[in-house]
Amino acid sequence: MSAAGDRASADAGTPGGAADPSTAPHPPTRADLTSPRPVDDHPPTRAAEAGTLRRTLTALRHDPPAVAGTVVLLALLVVGLAGQWLAPAGINDVDVDQMLRPPSGAHPFGTDELGRDVLSRVLVAARVSLQVGLVSVGIALAVGVTVGLLAGWYGGWADNLLMRGMDVLFAFPVLLLAVAIVAVLGPGLVTAMVAIGVVYTPIFARVTRASVLAVREQVFVRAAVSIGTSDLRILRRHVLPNIAAPLIVQTSLSLAFAILSEAALSFLGLGVQPPAPAWGRMLYDGRGFITDAWWLGFFPGAAIFVTVLAFNLVGDALRDVLDPRQLTVSEARRSTR
Amino acid sequence: MSAPVVPSPRAGGEPPGGEPVLAIDDLTVTLGTRNGPARAVAGVDWSVAPGRTLALVGESGSGKSMTVLAATGLAPRSATVTGRVRLLGRELTTMSETDRRRWRGRHVGFVFQDPMTTLNPVLTVGRQVTEACEEHLGMSRRQARSRAVELLDLVGIPAPERRVDAHPHQFSGGMRQRVVIAMALACEPELLIADEPTTALDVTTQAQIVELVADLRRRLGTAVVWITHDLGVVAGIADTVAVMYGGRIVEQGPVDAVFAAPGHPYTRALLAARPRPGAAGEELAAIPGAPPSPLDLPAGCAFWPRCPVRGDARCAHELPPLVPIAPGHRVRTFYPTTADGGATADPTTADGGATADPTTADGGATAEDRHQLRPEDR
Amino acid sequence: MGRFVLRRLLQSVVVLLGVTLVVFLLLQLVPGDPVRVALGTRFDQQTYDALRERSGLDRPLVVQYLSYVGHALTGDLGVSFRSGQPVTSIVLERLPATGSLSVTAVLFALLVAFPLGVLSAMRSGSFVDHAARVFSQFGVSVPDFWMGIMGILLFAGVLGWLPPSGYVALTDDPAGWASHVALPAAAVGLVTASILTRFIRSSVLEVLAEDYVRTAEAKGLRRRVVIVRHVLRNALIPVVTVVAVQLASLVGGVIVIEVLFAWPGVGRLTYDAVQARDYPVLQGAVLFVATLFLLMNLLVDVLYARLDPRITLR
Repeated sequence: MSAAGDRASADAGTPGGAADPSTAPHPPTRADLTSPRPVDDHPPTRAAEAGTLRRTLTALRHDPPAVAGTVVLLALLVVGLAGQWLAPAGINDVDVDQMLRPPSGAHPFGTDELGRDVLSRVLVAARVSLQVGLVSVGIALAVGVTVGLLAGWYGGWADNLLMRGMDVLFAFPVLLLAVAIVAVLGPGLVTAMVAIGVVYTPIFARVTRASVLAVREQVFVRAAVSIGTSDLRILRRHVLPNIAAPLIVQTSLSLAFAILSEAALSFLGLGVQPPAPAWGRMLYDGRGFITDAWWLGFFPGAAIFVTVLAFNLVGDALRDVLDPRQLTVSEARRSTR
Repeated sequence: MSAPVVPSPRAGGEPPGGEPVLAIDDLTVTLGTRNGPARAVAGVDWSVAPGRTLALVGESGSGKSMTVLAATGLAPRSATVTGRVRLLGRELTTMSETDRRRWRGRHVGFVFQDPMTTLNPVLTVGRQVTEACEEHLGMSRRQARSRAVELLDLVGIPAPERRVDAHPHQFSGGMRQRVVIAMALACEPELLIADEPTTALDVTTQAQIVELVADLRRRLGTAVVWITHDLGVVAGIADTVAVMYGGRIVEQGPVDAVFAAPGHPYTRALLAARPRPGAAGEELAAIPGAPPSPLDLPAGCAFWPRCPVRGDARCAHELPPLVPIAPGHRVRTFYPTTADGGATADPTTADGGATADPTTADGGATAEDRHQLRPEDR
Repeated sequence: MGRFVLRRLLQSVVVLLGVTLVVFLLLQLVPGDPVRVALGTRFDQQTYDALRERSGLDRPLVVQYLSYVGHALTGDLGVSFRSGQPVTSIVLERLPATGSLSVTAVLFALLVAFPLGVLSAMRSGSFVDHAARVFSQFGVSVPDFWMGIMGILLFAGVLGWLPPSGYVALTDDPAGWASHVALPAAAVGLVTASILTRFIRSSVLEVLAEDYVRTAEAKGLRRRVVIVRHVLRNALIPVVTVVAVQLASLVGGVIVIEVLFAWPGVGRLTYDAVQARDYPVLQGAVLFVATLFLLMNLLVDVLYARLDPRITLR
């Protein structure tokens, strides 16, 4: 399934515009969609420019889905850090007398084909998902931003070479490329992180480059250039802060897709290796018992869904607040590749 | 069904005047916004007679566009509209939406501000010009196309047989506005509403469009409502003028009378802010401050906070009535200017915001541009 | 128009060269001797020597690459390490399965997303709109293979209406194909539908706010005419391209669903090649899909230029 990647791109490519929540005047919440079409007698006031931390937090607080997403993410963080201690049983406590038991008081999520406690495995597996998600997006962010900065700032042949390279990576369906990379490097936690990181690099490079191109033409940057400020200093002091908003949005959305990709890879046996638990792998192992033991298919999948949903809710809300410009249709079209 | 466009049978000898084409009475429009109800238009009445031109003048936000949009059923869904609107003797406000739709395009044509955005980019110009004729007059596609060629020719587009199949992006701004005018006149409506039709155009093109509309009005006998913030245009084309401020009419009358003897301080300020040929070197007067927000209108005269006359407490708390100062000339102020041009109250006694503030006056800028320069004067 | 297509064509060729390089380098990344790794326990000197010879791994890297590209141009993607069959025919054999699944999934997605997206934009803020937004948020967050598992549980397990997995060729038995394709197509289509619903909704909303829509209303056109001729005609131009790109990415991208449903498509082939360490097949499948992806994108651009008259001038 290509889902993760397509979603990353198609999502970034929602055609924004006058009617989109993010460009509507005043607090950009979901309710804005009900606002009337602006007529010339009442031109919409310009949505606030990229907000401060406080304004962002205030806006998020008034957005119930974002609040829910944040709460879930905080809970996940706790589970990710303390899963081992929260788990009622050991993840590899095999108990042949307790095989494939439906959910009960002793085993709220039931037991698997080896009699292991599903709840414990789901809890402990949260760490793997978050870890892979964070590290791979971190890789994509670091490499992608560097590439985008260099390409956007220096232009010319460097731009051409780097961005054609990104085009090449963009020419593969996301999961296919990740699978191919893991296949040659050998399956495992680290290779999964690297593969997912590589796959999501181009989108960060493109977002960064586009923002740099826009910032480069602004007066304060041209002024800094004209007084001979060093490139590195301009990039760090002037350019990076100005491209932070789209990057934050892209990061939070990419986390969702990276976690989906990790689940897919581990479903294919290419992620973290047994006996360590991973949600995707648990679904794969449980698929033979689907009709007899629904809990084996249900709970790990629900865990993936809830995690991804939480990242998406927060990401959407951040986008509404931070990136009011959105993408134009033509840009969106390009970023769907 | 291809009636000759020039001259229209009904234009001929029929003299201008008579029963109004469009009469608006006590029209009020309230918009539901996130920040509460906004009264965009309040108790507006005016009418326009066949073959005549009414100019509706005001800054953006004064409610001039909303007046005609609401009158013709084009107001946003959130708007509450009350009052009476009679088009060719038929009451529009009580009409069903379907009937009202049938009257739009057929009896009223619209020209909007920006010809770059009012045309659909993916349809040919010819199709857009006469699709209303297919709808209202039952023309076939072929009839509509040949009618479009006639209309494009009428509005002065060269080689109309060829251009009829072109797309809007292949036209310049001025040419597009001609296309939009052709579109508005396609069904030979009795009324043409032009909402700031020259604002987005450059100066030479502006003059051509003004001339074109004036010429078409003469030839076709169409009544025109011309919405503008530019008093300079008004003198050339309008018979009567209605000046709007804060959703209300503040002055209304024959164009000569209003220009010769403006009765309202706002009108006077607008006239002073207008660049005049032959007055080179003279300083232009800006109006300090910004128009009031429709969300938060003052209890009394809406212009009071910016008024150079600044009468007394009554102005702040009591709405002045619209009173006649000459035949057909009405003014909404407690302190109308007398016919000889002098104000009843001495402007020099006014504090702070004087009529003329040379430091902010900007040669060619319109009143609209200027208040953007000084947004928070109040 | 001609120049636009030509420029895009040249760009695609450059990217395609890069793609072949990446695919070629995949084999070089394999730690150790890929032929040896591929043979694993089935190792015997004769087969090894033959494969090694055939793969040309002893020659210099540049020569290997040029020869790889040269062969690929003539449609020769090498032979399978496992079966000795030509990779090209192995991949092409799988195309009908993947193609029929992808097309069905996209059709299903359109069937859901088009009315939902348009309706929720036209009645923005209404119940339909809220439902559509909840639906699309659900769809973009749910793993499609989990939906597949839940589908099997419900429709194959509890209700017993559909087979849990397997494939029947459309040409052999249309009804059998339909019953087998329903679950995987719905699982994939649900995600696609969510993406499209969002996209269509914002695209329509954007066009609804355009001045020319007000112009159309001012002309007194019927609501239906305004919506179809003026709103949808403009709003759907970007949607057409997104649909095409979605379809292209599904061809190589439904790996997990194909594995779950034992659907013998290109994705399943890739998975099997990974399991068997059959690197030439993996390379061939990846190159094939990426090429198809690029071609589809090129096609989309040409299509876009045809649909939007403004682009023809550039």
